[in-house]
Amino acid sequence: MNSFLFVTALIMMMSCGGEQNPEPKNDSATTSQKGGQEAVVDDESQKDVVKVAVGSPDHTTLVAAIKQAELVASLSNAGPFTVFAPTNAAFDKVDQATLDALMTDEKKMDLQNILEYHVTVSALKAEYFRDGQVLGMVNGDNITVNIVNGKVMLNHTATIIASVPASNGIVHVIDAVLLPPAK
Amino acid sequence: MNVRIFMASAVILSGLCLFSGCKPKNMNNAVSADAATKAFVPPGQYDEFYNFVSGGFSGQMAVYGIPSGRLLRVIPVFSVDPEKGYGYAEETKGMLNTSHGIVPWDDLHHPELSQTNGEIDGRWVFGNANNTPRVARIDLTTFRTAEIIELPNSAGNHSSPFATENTEYVVAGTRFSVPADDVNGDIPISTYKENFKGYISFISVGKEDGAMDIAFQLQCPGVNFDLARAGKAKSHGWFFFSCYNTEQANTLLEVNASQRDKDFIMAVNWKKAEEYLAAGKGRKVKTKYAHNKYDENTHTAVSEIREEVTVLDTRELKDICYFIPCPKSPHGCDVDPTGEYIVGSGKLAAVIPVFSFDKLQKAISDQAFDGDFDGIPVVKYEAALYGEVQKPGLGPLHTEFDGLGNAYTSFFVSSEVVKWNIQELKVLDRAPTYYSVGHLCVPGGNTRKPSPKYVIAYNKITKDRYLPTGPELAQSAQLYDISGDKMTLINDFPTIGEPHYAQAAPAELIKNNSVKIFKIDANKHPYVAMGEPAAKVVREGNQVHVYMTSIRSHFAPDNIEGIRVGDEVYFHVTNLEQDWDVPHGFAVKGAQNAELLIMPGETQTLKWIPDRVGIFPMYCTDFCSALHQEMQGYVRVSPAGSNLPIAFSTGGSQPESK
Repeated sequence: MNSFLFVTALIMMMSCGGEQNPEPKNDSATTSQKGGQEAVVDDESQKDVVKVAVGSPDHTTLVAAIKQAELVASLSNAGPFTVFAPTNAAFDKVDQATLDALMTDEKKMDLQNILEYHVTVSALKAEYFRDGQVLGMVNGDNITVNIVNGKVMLNHTATIIASVPASNGIVHVIDAVLLPPAK
Repeated sequence: MNVRIFMASAVILSGLCLFSGCKPKNMNNAVSADAATKAFVPPGQYDEFYNFVSGGFSGQMAVYGIPSGRLLRVIPVFSVDPEKGYGYAEETKGMLNTSHGIVPWDDLHHPELSQTNGEIDGRWVFGNANNTPRVARIDLTTFRTAEIIELPNSAGNHSSPFATENTEYVVAGTRFSVPADDVNGDIPISTYKENFKGYISFISVGKEDGAMDIAFQLQCPGVNFDLARAGKAKSHGWFFFSCYNTEQANTLLEVNASQRDKDFIMAVNWKKAEEYLAAGKGRKVKTKYAHNKYDENTHTAVSEIREEVTVLDTRELKDICYFIPCPKSPHGCDVDPTGEYIVGSGKLAAVIPVFSFDKLQKAISDQAFDGDFDGIPVVKYEAALYGEVQKPGLGPLHTEFDGLGNAYTSFFVSSEVVKWNIQELKVLDRAPTYYSVGHLCVPGGNTRKPSPKYVIAYNKITKDRYLPTGPELAQSAQLYDISGDKMTLINDFPTIGEPHYAQAAPAELIKNNSVKIFKIDANKHPYVAMGEPAAKVVREGNQVHVYMTSIRSHFAPDNIEGIRVGDEVYFHVTNLEQDWDVPHGFAVKGAQNAELLIMPGETQTLKWIPDRVGIFPMYCTDFCSALHQEMQGYVRVSPAGSNLPIAFSTGGSQPESK
């Protein structure tokens, strides 16, 4: 345990080292340091949906995408959220060039749109889902729930393979990336 | 379910730290560099604005100075308040009376300042009780609750108390639809769609004295009413209410009230409703509701139960109500200073729709309807829509205006305030809030004439913003300077309860009218002692009335004998001081009810039933003078059957020599 604490502390010191000195050259009236609820230091509370995803080795692609889309602060909010979380394997099914393009700043809006299509405001346990149920997602589009052989599917595309409760909602792990309907 | 893959480890924790970044040491995120000079009000100087902030679940309303954020007063409204004796003194108990009896704790969400010609007039501030539906009027000369009226046929008075531009009315829309008070309510909950109705009360407000009366109620389809704003200028005569749960669900609304892509904003032509009322089209409904008024001359609440209210059925009486479709559970429903634009904020929506009053009028005259909902015409969305703000943020809630063509909208999920131009529907600026903002306040930001200097964000989540105080934390307000193009955060202060909504008024409108003392000559309390010679103790059977005075630094009488165990003793304490800011307190040992706090010129009453024989000290609890600690006395309590006569004195008997 001691070594664990030491390692954690060391990494915290390393990662925070650069932020201890305020930028002296900032002339504007406003500083632009980021720091929403995601930055609250709290190891006592249950993990929120972001921390659950961060804690999963199978969701590194998703986590990188959430970070690139600047959705970390929002998803650290009180919610409650239902997050459909595609695994790394799910992202691997997407064309790599498309994926790479989405991770560029130019395509940030598109990435946000896709990720927000994986989140709904409301904590929906798997047992709440009914066949044909329509979920309004954060990006403004809808997802349709299908119950197939006792499994919960979304848009006949992705299947929920695990569900993990979080402090501010629930994470349903899915095996495919959901794409918003073309406009 | 396989949760193994989510097991926490040191790797995860360290990864998290790297991932989210660590809190900067100074924790002053996005704070303006000149914040100190902008928000600092030097000792001895006044703030520029009064900020009336609801206490949410505390049931009270707090008054802060802006820009300093200094707490000036907590006004007790819907909850007892031991600091002021409100709800404890016999005189104020009646203010909390309802048709259910005394309700000691309610939930106040929305302060609403009275208006004249669409501008804040500084006379009254209204507040709503959510749980046991009521509306209160607070007098801004005394900063005290002057009147409370209960709302029949209602439950969960959230869409309230919003005022028309001359305070002709304040409205109260029910959150919970329910069966009317005069029909059998012993019915299955699952019959919501058939039997539950939404009622909206139009409370008239006396032009001179502010006296409140329910002029009429509108019976509307069974949905949840959330918020409302009056039309103004060109749209004066109309009122706009946001509605959710148009699914008419009666369980698990978290899921079931989010099914439809659009709910409604209900437009109400209240001038038309007045015509129907005058034509005798209303139905008299038998019910019971309390009306409580604080009489400033007797210093006593008068509570009466009223038994009838007039209801207009909006399904039968055409042209009062119209539904405008509005995306995804609209919360805020805000009308801009020109009266032309109505901004809906669907808390689950990805756009902010802006409706046009002119287009709405045309749509109604053209009958551009998409059928009806429960008998109320539904205006075609596009026919009433001015335009949409695309991708403004996540979880839009509430909008206030600067009067310069811009709107400020709060976003709960993305924790930010977004400034946007109404005509261009274009986002101009974003500022983060810490954390999870609910309502906003621009002083006068709901009126025809805002003061575009500040926007204040009222946040629901505090977490690490202040020194920690255990699991229970103060909620917070954040002040932004909006005098430039960009919003800059300049102050941050903790609040009482939940700062649900707030309004602010220029100090100049209010401060010069503030009452300093109550004139003792005008005191018509039935148990007043007009001066020390009038102090006395009177037995009436097992009731004993003590006509007591207080002045620096003694009570009269301060020695009382002849009280018996089991007597009902009423201490009617008159504060004889006629000097600003010299209240006296009163407490007697073993009083199970309360203490008293008495303002200069006022009389307040403590009821005390002594439970044992002995000597009971009493004293002044509010530090009044250099000899405050000498301001005390004794009550002698004898056994129940004692023949000892009532005796009282002040300074008469000296200590015995042996």
